[in-house]
Amino acid sequence: MTASSGSLVEPLIDAHAHFYHADAGRADWAAVNASRLRAGERIGITYHVASVLGSYGFSSPTYFPSPADVTRGNDAMLEICDREPDRVRMFVTVNPNYADHATAEIERCAERGAIGIKLLASRRADDALLDPIAEIAADHGFPILHHIWQHRRREWPSQEISDGADLARLAQRHPKSSFILAHIGGGGDYMHTFPAIADCPNIYPDLSGSGVDRGMLDEALNALGPQRLLWGCDLTMCTGLAKLHALEVIGLNADDMAAIRWTNAARIFPKGSFPRCQ
Amino acid sequence: MPVIDVNALIGPYPFRYVPHPDPEVLVRVLDREGIDSAWVGHLPSAFYRDPTPGNRELFAKLSAFSNRLVPVPAIRPDWPKWDVALRDAASAGAVAVRVYPPQWGMGPHDASLRELAIAAGEHGMATLLTVRFEDLRQRHPMDSAGDLSAAAIRALARAGDAVRLVVTAAGREMIEEVHWGLTPGEQARVFWDISWIWGPPEDHLGKLFRTIGSERFVFGTHWPLRLTQTPSANLDLLPDDLLGMSLADARGICATRRPSPVAHPP
Repeated sequence: MTASSGSLVEPLIDAHAHFYHADAGRADWAAVNASRLRAGERIGITYHVASVLGSYGFSSPTYFPSPADVTRGNDAMLEICDREPDRVRMFVTVNPNYADHATAEIERCAERGAIGIKLLASRRADDALLDPIAEIAADHGFPILHHIWQHRRREWPSQEISDGADLARLAQRHPKSSFILAHIGGGGDYMHTFPAIADCPNIYPDLSGSGVDRGMLDEALNALGPQRLLWGCDLTMCTGLAKLHALEVIGLNADDMAAIRWTNAARIFPKGSFPRCQ
Repeated sequence: MPVIDVNALIGPYPFRYVPHPDPEVLVRVLDREGIDSAWVGHLPSAFYRDPTPGNRELFAKLSAFSNRLVPVPAIRPDWPKWDVALRDAASAGAVAVRVYPPQWGMGPHDASLRELAIAAGEHGMATLLTVRFEDLRQRHPMDSAGDLSAAAIRALARAGDAVRLVVTAAGREMIEEVHWGLTPGEQARVFWDISWIWGPPEDHLGKLFRTIGSERFVFGTHWPLRLTQTPSANLDLLPDDLLGMSLADARGICATRRPSPVAHPP
């Protein structure tokens, strides 16, 4: 269905999701994965575009995953995609400190159907080590989902965190690549992010994160417009649904609502990534 | 059972812009979201040294909406004549009083807070606590009060039989730390709003319903700081076997007195 049809059954793409696996250090990993899919059905998510973040700290830090954990996590994500071909798509996770491994992982997972690249906080977003990854992303037509803190005022433990201004510098160096700025509701000050990326049309913030500040969505729309925003949940699907309902009462027209729900995602991911949305 | 938002506020917030935090807007939001009534505090009073002028403003601004918005004034128990302020609040129809120990520099075992919580209960009012106004990760450098501690909640819950606590904006970890650190009798004095508990995929709300019981929870939005839609979305995403479970009836928290707010017409 298209936005103009007026159907209530609009496609919905979660552009920021995660799954777990047996080596992720938690006994309930399968239940958490099942819960995501169950809640996705309830919300009406057509596709979960997801990544696995190494071992989530179990055998190397979440934001600095070892090459072995990166590979294990990507393998787990590939398995989930194979098992759920109708509703799950994959970001291949890489650690840019291991440049050769990162390149090889992207190519390996691209061959098996990955549609985007996930960067954590293993290097600052404007670091030169990210340049070859951004070039590979452009070659494949893959967007890069980059973990972001909204306004980095200091270093945070266990991550080399970036903010919107850092990502903007990378995006300006790679105008042919698309970048998804992670979770405007994921901590920090989103009001710093919006002007920091306003002049970078190849940066698309996702709305995910536990933060549900009143005014956040309005300011994102004011600063960037609906053609730049992607709906997503990250780790809290209740806040994703709340934001969806909030968008519904903001007064967007059908095309703008569809843009945030799915057409923006369909535009920046490789063509044909979401056949159930076509 | 009417839906009562126990955690609404009016007025500006000192650390960021909050769009139209006004009672007439709140009433429109309640209508839109199918919420019958709200317990409403005065947001800037949390940051005043003396909340008295804020309380006056609260009662004045809510007076035109008395069938929907119930005032919850702030009472500072280390302020002269707080007992008079408490009695006046009860006479004016308050269902609860708000206290802000971190913002007022009061530690977890502050004797005046215990005295206030007991006195409020004896007047038929709950004591409403706020764990946090904002996510720790986004706070203004001058917002240094910190979160309310679990120890402070436990101390108040243990203060006496008359005490009734409504704790807002707590997460799973804090709720569990408090609940399992109390006797069953003390646990029954504490109610938690669901404004800051996560749903799937971690399913904190569902896990708490299974372990602690949905009857310990009340509906709260944290308006105007947070999206009103969040608690409803959370309830809508409960696992199948928990869907439709009843929360506590906020009207029964201090059931010895006062008529319930009038539900708005359909």
